[in-house]
Amino acid sequence: MKPPRFTYHAPATVDEATAVLTEHAEDAKVLAGGQSLIPLLSFRLAAPEHLVDINRLPGLDQIERTGQGWRIPALVRQRAAERSPELAAGVPLLAEALRHVAHPQIRNRGTVCGSLAHGDSSAELPSVMVALDARMSVASANGVRQVGADDFFQFHLTTAIEPHELLLAVEFDEPGPRTFGAFQEFALRRGDFCLAGTAVTATFDADGSVERCRVVAAGVAPTPLRLTAVEELATGSELDAATLVAAQEVACREVSPLGDARADAAYRRQLLSVLVRRALGAVREKRENSDAA
Amino acid sequence: MSRRDEQAAVPFTKNMIGAAVERREDYRLLTGHGKFLDDLDMPDTLEAAFLRSSFGHARILGIDTSAALAVPGVVAVFTGEDLRPMMKPMPAKVAHPDLQEIARLPMALDAVHYVGEPVAVVIATNRYIAEDALDLIDVDYQELPAISSTAAALAPDAPLAHEGARDNIAVHVTQRAGDPDAAFASAPHVLSETFTVTRGGGHSMECRAVAARLDTVTGQLVVWDSTQAPHYARNALANLYDMREDDIRLIAPADVGGGFGPKAQFYGEEAVVPWVAMQLRKPVKWIEDRRENFISTMMERTQTHRVKVAFDDDGMLLALRDVFEHDQGAYVAGLQVPMITLSTVPGPYKIPNIHTELFSCYTNMVPTSSVRGAGRPQAVAAMERMMDRVAEYLGMDPAELRRRNLIQPDEFPYKVGLMFRDGSPLTYDSGNYPELLSGVVERIDYDGWRRRQAELRTQGRLIGIGIACYVEGCGLGPYEGAKARLTNSGEVLVTLAAAPQGQGYETVYAQIASDAMGLDMEHIRVTTGDTGRIPFGQGTFASRITATAGPAVLQACQALRARIFTTAAVMLKIEGDNFVFRGDRVCLAEDESIGATLREITQVANIGKHGITLLRGVPAGLETQAYFAPERAAYASGAHAVVVEVDPETGRATVLKYVIGHDCGTVINPLLVDGQVLGGFGAGIGNAMYEEQFYDESAQPQTTSYLDFSLPSSMEVPPVTLFHVQSPSPLNPLGAKGAGEGGTIPAPAAIANAVEDALRPFGARINEIPVTPPRIVAAIAGRTTARQMS
Amino acid sequence: MQPDVHDGIDGQVLRVIVNGKEHRGVTEARTTLADFLRRELALTGTHLGCEHGVCGACTVLVNGSAVRSCLMLAVQADGAEVETVEGLADGNELSPLQEAFHRNHALQCGFCTGGFLMSITAALREGPVETEEEAREVLSGNICRCTGYAGMIKAVLETSEQAHGTKAAS
Repeated sequence: MKPPRFTYHAPATVDEATAVLTEHAEDAKVLAGGQSLIPLLSFRLAAPEHLVDINRLPGLDQIERTGQGWRIPALVRQRAAERSPELAAGVPLLAEALRHVAHPQIRNRGTVCGSLAHGDSSAELPSVMVALDARMSVASANGVRQVGADDFFQFHLTTAIEPHELLLAVEFDEPGPRTFGAFQEFALRRGDFCLAGTAVTATFDADGSVERCRVVAAGVAPTPLRLTAVEELATGSELDAATLVAAQEVACREVSPLGDARADAAYRRQLLSVLVRRALGAVREKRENSDAA
Repeated sequence: MSRRDEQAAVPFTKNMIGAAVERREDYRLLTGHGKFLDDLDMPDTLEAAFLRSSFGHARILGIDTSAALAVPGVVAVFTGEDLRPMMKPMPAKVAHPDLQEIARLPMALDAVHYVGEPVAVVIATNRYIAEDALDLIDVDYQELPAISSTAAALAPDAPLAHEGARDNIAVHVTQRAGDPDAAFASAPHVLSETFTVTRGGGHSMECRAVAARLDTVTGQLVVWDSTQAPHYARNALANLYDMREDDIRLIAPADVGGGFGPKAQFYGEEAVVPWVAMQLRKPVKWIEDRRENFISTMMERTQTHRVKVAFDDDGMLLALRDVFEHDQGAYVAGLQVPMITLSTVPGPYKIPNIHTELFSCYTNMVPTSSVRGAGRPQAVAAMERMMDRVAEYLGMDPAELRRRNLIQPDEFPYKVGLMFRDGSPLTYDSGNYPELLSGVVERIDYDGWRRRQAELRTQGRLIGIGIACYVEGCGLGPYEGAKARLTNSGEVLVTLAAAPQGQGYETVYAQIASDAMGLDMEHIRVTTGDTGRIPFGQGTFASRITATAGPAVLQACQALRARIFTTAAVMLKIEGDNFVFRGDRVCLAEDESIGATLREITQVANIGKHGITLLRGVPAGLETQAYFAPERAAYASGAHAVVVEVDPETGRATVLKYVIGHDCGTVINPLLVDGQVLGGFGAGIGNAMYEEQFYDESAQPQTTSYLDFSLPSSMEVPPVTLFHVQSPSPLNPLGAKGAGEGGTIPAPAAIANAVEDALRPFGARINEIPVTPPRIVAAIAGRTTARQMS
Repeated sequence: MQPDVHDGIDGQVLRVIVNGKEHRGVTEARTTLADFLRRELALTGTHLGCEHGVCGACTVLVNGSAVRSCLMLAVQADGAEVETVEGLADGNELSPLQEAFHRNHALQCGFCTGGFLMSITAALREGPVETEEEAREVLSGNICRCTGYAGMIKAVLETSEQAHGTKAAS
């Protein structure tokens, strides 16, 4: 399981990186953490002629505060994000989800942006970023463009990033004091890809009902899936017991996961709906605890 | 007295036997200086990579290797055609007179019969380049229908897994005891069920590996092979190459990274690589990677058991019938797995009428062969699941039902009425099954958990308790051997034919040797797994080595001790043999100042004085050897009990408590035996809940990496309370049985029993193992899953 | 060992400090860090169990972090400090963790051991491990097929107690 040959590039600036990507486009792949890409090379499921190692690009490894929220550039390792106390305090949903990503040894190298660029709908970070309504900064020789998370994930392992582009950073607003999030996933073994998962955020108004929310399913569709029918049902409610049960039923009808020998479609559908109910319940509980505090 | 009685009668001390001695192997393994095959310094060695079939069944119309040969760094490419001179069938390791044997060649020739079958081999300066060349080999396949399950194999008008075969049945074997038909006809109660048990591969952390070099000066072929069976492999090569066995030296490296059964088989790659090394007159090595391991290393797959039991109102078993299908794969590498299943089903119970029947089926998937447990987990699952069903039917406690039917301690040797795979009538040598059962019941706090179960049910929590008992044939013959020699430096060298993969032979057999001789362990060294050092051996499998090599070491060392004392007596001019060892000296028991060092003794008996007559009475050459051939297999036994909680919404089953009772006869090193049981348990949990290899309808493997096949980590293996019972075996002077598989064998049955018990309020049926969350949820919903429908 | 650089193929120059010793080498870009350590530097204590980042047998420390050396290109370790299992002992003296493994029979075949030792070493540098559950978490990124993990859990707790002075909860 040895990687095939490629021409190796280690650009020193973003401009150099995008220049190489412009020249080689479909024949090139970006190497950041390598935790998803290198296995593909070892299995020879991918054989890019050019590998663009962006690990030497300066200034991309620090989590930054922006006016309204946070910016995570391309070389921030998942482990750094997981262990940032400020990020954990400001965006607890992200910290919660990061703990489920594989194992620390993978998170030490894997990058937050790398997971997004890889675009596996069973992974944790894509659905979390959709729940956070994040914005992806995609760079090319022509400059940087923003793509919203809702539009970023297009199909299995396919994102809005064009062959000549690279994901430079992901940005999201800090959830306000009335916004709470929860992440639930179910995997056969600790650290495995989930059989289903969900990332939920909800903003409550002063009287405790949901003003707006995002309910995102992982692992049941080619991309992270916004469960808009669930969101509609939850909006205006207090996420009371009856709403949760109803939300579970709606979630069940809203997804059409594929089954395989390991986990049949009926199972994944049920699993996802249960996780949605539990995640919404967890969100309500967090709001109640925050009120009590 | 018979020879065996004489040998058994020689007493030996028990200072080291039974001691928890820490392992000698550890230092090199802890410091990164292990001697695994790919770690060995073999300068100028070429590396091989195998091209493997991408179809389950296809004719090979042609292979074009020209582009591969043109890659810089590629030295040679061989296809089956190129290897014709050495292409002979590799016979089944365990056969049967009725076997429809289909020739298994070292490499595919005209057709391929499973995805993963070797089709060509590239030899290059390194593995990276060899794999580059693989991508350039062009094979013209004509796809044929493939058989992907035993149901498909046995279906009427099924296509043939092998063109030209009579049908898809490798062998059909029936075993009977008593008169089962009559017993079923007259029984008050009869219950039937169909169970499927799927197991996975061994997945040792080190994959397979073989390296070879022809010594062009001596003409001897030297092969390093990460095999569990060096002599078996050496003999296979000698047969394939038409060479004398002494012209092939096969060495299992001192460190092999796990075996568990798959490395006890003989594979085409083990035949091809040394052959290529001889043709090229250059050293060649092949290190299997995990992708290859998933698709071409032998595994166990699915057995489907149709079980029927007859019993009376008191739960006494009257008759057992189990007709099962075994997926043999594309070739019969050996029939041991299903033959073991065939006779393991009755387990520790008194059943007067038994009918077990095997349909071993050819399919177009990689051949199946032993994986830790080797057919016993499936048999135990069939029996233990039925015991719980009988208990449920009668409204009887499952532990009580088992208690009533167990063979009692005073009933040994116990003849079951069937034949075991070692060719002798299935006769259990010793054991205390009631103590094992009561031991797990007590330690799991069975009564306490039954109370809690009822309470928690009212709160909607699903708790289940499962029990499984088993008997394990082990210590198989035909024999194992050991040599013992006092070397010129005064060290005792014990040479085993057997090869270890982590069992601690360098330590354990030094312990046995120490007690056999009465000599401190520090003066004893053990070497293993080299056909050049000892001519005969069988291999490490079926938990057999302690019970066979142990007695051989005992006997060889006792004989060496006698020769040393005889020499000492002559040297010191003393009558009699009342000597003892003290440190590195042999001295008189009653006056330790009179003695000689071991070095002085070797000087006299081994080295001698050039041309000078040996002292009269000195036995020249202080080396002995012994081969121990057990009369028949020994029988280890045990019981597992488990408490689980099931989340009915997600299907998650969590183990709350697990107890293992284990009886392997005399325990030589408790530290190592516990390691074997708990390690086996890790594999058992994997089989029970996580490991499953899938193939689709065209026999394409669907689980081809650890991203879709789950091995248990420390989070998935629960803590265990372990206790031992010691029923020594009368079949060898150590009283030893086997300890390698008891942790694995009943775990799937115990877990399945516990989960079904937890789901009793739903009346859900758990008929498939592994017991996974999707199956649990489907069982609650009364749904059948994909596998059950095929 | 065969050189990985072949005629006509550009090699990458790299400088890496392994177990405190500096090494300079030339290697193909596609050579993994694991293969570079094993083949170029003859440090064969780091083993390859799966080559896709799951089993952990290849775990080493790079700039103090536990990583899968099968998922790094050697060139990515240019300028880095790498620690492998060969560097844990002090001459002939085993480290407390290695001793604890030995005492508790935490290894059988030994193939996975190097990877576990490095993962645990990294974890213990971060802080104490005080409960069985925490120990299981620390071990969960590596796979062992021989031991069932029981001895390793004890070894981790004992070593943590020794290193951090906090008593492990039983």
